[in-house]
Amino acid sequence: MTTTLTASKEQSCQTLLASGHTACTGCGEALAAKLVLGAAGSNVIVTDATGCLEVFTTRFPQSSWEVPFIHSLFENSAAVASGIEAALKSLGRQNEAKVIAQGGDGGTADIGLQALSGMLERGHDILYVCYDNEAYMNTGVQRSGLTPFDCMTTTSPYGEFSWGNKHNKKDMPGIAAAHNIPYVATASVSFPKDIENKVKKALSITGPKYLQIHSPCPLGWRSNPQLTITVARLAVQTGLYPIFEMENGKITKVRKVSTPKTPVEEYLKIQGRFAHLFKSPDGNEEIRKIQEIADRNIEKYGLA
Amino acid sequence: MRLDLGAIAKAGTSKANQTCGWRNFKPIFHQEKCVGCGLCKIYCPEGCVTMVEKKKYTVDYTYCKGCGICAEECSSSDIEMVVEEK
Ligand SMILES: Cc1ncc(C[n+]2csc(CCOP(=O)(O)OP(=O)(O)O)c2C)c(N)n1
Ligand code: SF4
Ligand code: SF4
Ligand code: SF4
Ligand SMILES: [Mg+2]
Repeated sequence: MTTTLTASKEQSCQTLLASGHTACTGCGEALAAKLVLGAAGSNVIVTDATGCLEVFTTRFPQSSWEVPFIHSLFENSAAVASGIEAALKSLGRQNEAKVIAQGGDGGTADIGLQALSGMLERGHDILYVCYDNEAYMNTGVQRSGLTPFDCMTTTSPYGEFSWGNKHNKKDMPGIAAAHNIPYVATASVSFPKDIENKVKKALSITGPKYLQIHSPCPLGWRSNPQLTITVARLAVQTGLYPIFEMENGKITKVRKVSTPKTPVEEYLKIQGRFAHLFKSPDGNEEIRKIQEIADRNIEKYGLA
Repeated sequence: MRLDLGAIAKAGTSKANQTCGWRNFKPIFHQEKCVGCGLCKIYCPEGCVTMVEKKKYTVDYTYCKGCGICAEECSSSDIEMVVEEK
């Protein structure tokens, strides 16, 4: 006997990510996941790598998920999702549910990159969502490949010999796109309608899809929880977090930055993780380098 | 607690967890100048804002953690954060 995979009746819950989860106050990742699920609807099977999202939604024996959900390991969300998709296909039930794989930036761009690459290469019909809060938050704010330049984390501290993270943010959407997949996009919690559109569009396309959502973490970014949306919006307006859609390798849509241009200071100064840049006049040179990163993004993606 | 192979939790059971205890500030929805944009509901990370009618939104204080995002983003400054009296 086969059982129906998903609830057929109208969900009684307001969102598919139930309240009572234990994310910090003002968590951007909780908001992003709520928006993704809301757009995807209940006919989905989701996986999630170890990380904040998994921890704050699955405090055993409780779960916040109102859809079938599997917690993989830290490194293999994409591999578990690949297995689910392959199983659905072999049972001839692939039309019953869409598969969504999820992970944090560490779980996606660092430790889970190999599993993700395999998923993209094999062409599984899966939407992969990376919740990018720009560090390993769940274990106490260690830098990841997606931590921005000069950002202070516990493993990239500011001090006499350091301005924080000395590496540039990895171009993860570019890496995903290099697998010649049909759809790659970035988004921000400050533009929820855009997240909804992108999730819906991605799920309408057959094959592997990659969506990366900028999700502020008040704890790790040392920002005011009330300003979660403001911070995210400024990242987009300054050009530090380019928002685009790439279909079959070509950029098809971008969100323009504000005119006149918003200087990166506006974004940096409201976050403790960049506070060291404002402590001495020497920091100005570093802020200039960050402005250059924003300007390069504006040029590269045509955001002006 | 005994964990069986592949620990399974029931859907949506985190609702048993009342997160209101985390709150230091409390949003008051004045329901006076509301234009019905729905941003408070969309942006709430707890999913605890609901629409009563077109220009009237309310909050479930059982889960509200008092982040203040709804007040910050409200299109008509109709939500006020006040210190929580406990
Ligand atoms: C193989 C393995 N290594 C390390 C860990 C410890 N660990 C759990 S969550 C986590 C960080 C997750 O960071 P990220 O993927 O960015 O998600 P976030 O918590 O920031 O949302 C780490 C290092 C683990 N669970 N498994
Ligand atoms: S540490 Fe950051 S990402 Fe994790 S729950 Fe708290 S705010 Fe959210
Ligand atoms: S204060 Fe935060 S948690 Fe409470 S209703 Fe407003 S947005 Fe939701
Ligand atoms: S954000 Fe403000 S104006 Fe918009 S629906 Fe909520 S209370 Fe009304
Ligand atoms: Mg992270």
